[in-house]
Amino acid sequence: MNTRTVLDQAEISRALTRISHEIIEANKGVSDLVLVGIPTRGTHLAQRIAANISRIEGVDVPVGSLDVTMYRDDLAHHPTRAPMPTEMPEDIDGATVVLVDDVLYSGRTVRAALDALGDHGRPKVVRLAALIDRGHRELPIRADFIGKNLPSSRDERISVRLVEHDGEDAVTIS
Amino acid sequence: MRHLIDTRTLTRDEALLILDTAEDMAATQQREVKKLPTLRGKSVVNLFFEDSTRTRISFEAAAKRLSADVINFSAKGSSVSKGESLKDTAQTLQAIGADGVIIRHPASGAAARLASSGWIDAGVLNAGDGTHEHPTQALLDAFTIRRRLHGEGSRGKGLDGVSVVIVGDIAHSRVARSNLWLLNALGARVSFVAPETLLPFGVRSWPVAIHHSLDTALREEQPDVVMMLRIQSERMHAAYFPNDREYARNWGLDDRRFEGLSDDTLVMHPGPMNRGLEISSRAADSSQSTVLEQVTHGVSVRMAALYLLLSGERIES
Repeated sequence: MNTRTVLDQAEISRALTRISHEIIEANKGVSDLVLVGIPTRGTHLAQRIAANISRIEGVDVPVGSLDVTMYRDDLAHHPTRAPMPTEMPEDIDGATVVLVDDVLYSGRTVRAALDALGDHGRPKVVRLAALIDRGHRELPIRADFIGKNLPSSRDERISVRLVEHDGEDAVTIS
Repeated sequence: MRHLIDTRTLTRDEALLILDTAEDMAATQQREVKKLPTLRGKSVVNLFFEDSTRTRISFEAAAKRLSADVINFSAKGSSVSKGESLKDTAQTLQAIGADGVIIRHPASGAAARLASSGWIDAGVLNAGDGTHEHPTQALLDAFTIRRRLHGEGSRGKGLDGVSVVIVGDIAHSRVARSNLWLLNALGARVSFVAPETLLPFGVRSWPVAIHHSLDTALREEQPDVVMMLRIQSERMHAAYFPNDREYARNWGLDDRRFEGLSDDTLVMHPGPMNRGLEISSRAADSSQSTVLEQVTHGVSVRMAALYLLLSGERIES
């Protein structure tokens, strides 16, 4: 199958830098900001964005990792998934939570994440950042911060590879 | 996983998957909202042919925290007491549309029979069958040991090199059998301590060291874990030992033996305890005792088992 690289390492880095600036701007600073990644790669992206924000603003933003397996509505349609660890900052009540995921597709993962988040507390605002938005939404959900819009057919496979998990930074389509 | 019938056929990877999933379940039980929507719309039947309040409520709590609907079935006062067979009961549950059946039965092999008979499509979870196995009890024991040894960093770890001494009525104990297979799979070293009369037939072909004297076992095995079993007088239809006082003196974890243990040796008991017979109050109430943690962890482990059995596609077999 034909595989094409859509974003290379430098482009991923630039996209994340831009998203970091956009988050700071939308939040008018970094007060009460919490980044929550959706495992596995969303968590790594959230950590990179936090590092960017720390470099730009000189403030460390809390980063969490939120597994949404138990909240999915399609558990009966796929083989059983092993859940990943969830590590959340102590208190998200009243905070601005930015959910971070690698690819935004049907929106069902984000819906599950919103439910899961609600069981941890009541944030003031929840926003969504995604490295890739590939369309094909099945729910009325949209991202606030997007690295790259990538219109694609349902048959195409988009894979995000990150150094922390896959040994290299690249987004490919095949 | 399709069913959970025993720990004998459980691989190390499968056991670790259940224990790691239980870690996630335990984390959700620390939150204000303990309930997860995971098994919404699924029906779980607690099919209990034998009385057991603590196991039944543990399973019921686990299923309800995963949002499953729970139907409690007790053989007493049901048509079973009018002579209905396991097959008829199973077919009734099939007709109701049960997705999961948690079965406790006095006959060894009842859970395996239900799972393999083709009477019912539901996932079958063995909650104790005769003197055969009680897999979730062994899993919660392993989970408890792992938590005490590794704390927050338990995920992915086995019990390699851990020495576990299991004391008491091995012959009637499905807990001892399930623990032996599971602890072995996880890399622990298991010893049984019991009078010859309370050892099961064929035990010498199992991967376990056998002692008759508790004092010798404690000295030679240097256990990290001492697991006391309940004397199941309701299952004893013959004289297995002269009397309670002699049993307590020879095989009970009394104050003297408890004080001789190292400070970090864990004391476990599956409950309910006969205080003063197999375990002294001092040992049972000490900080080394994990009795109440075992109960708490039981819910997390059973949530994990129910999740792994009942979520995901049903592969037609």
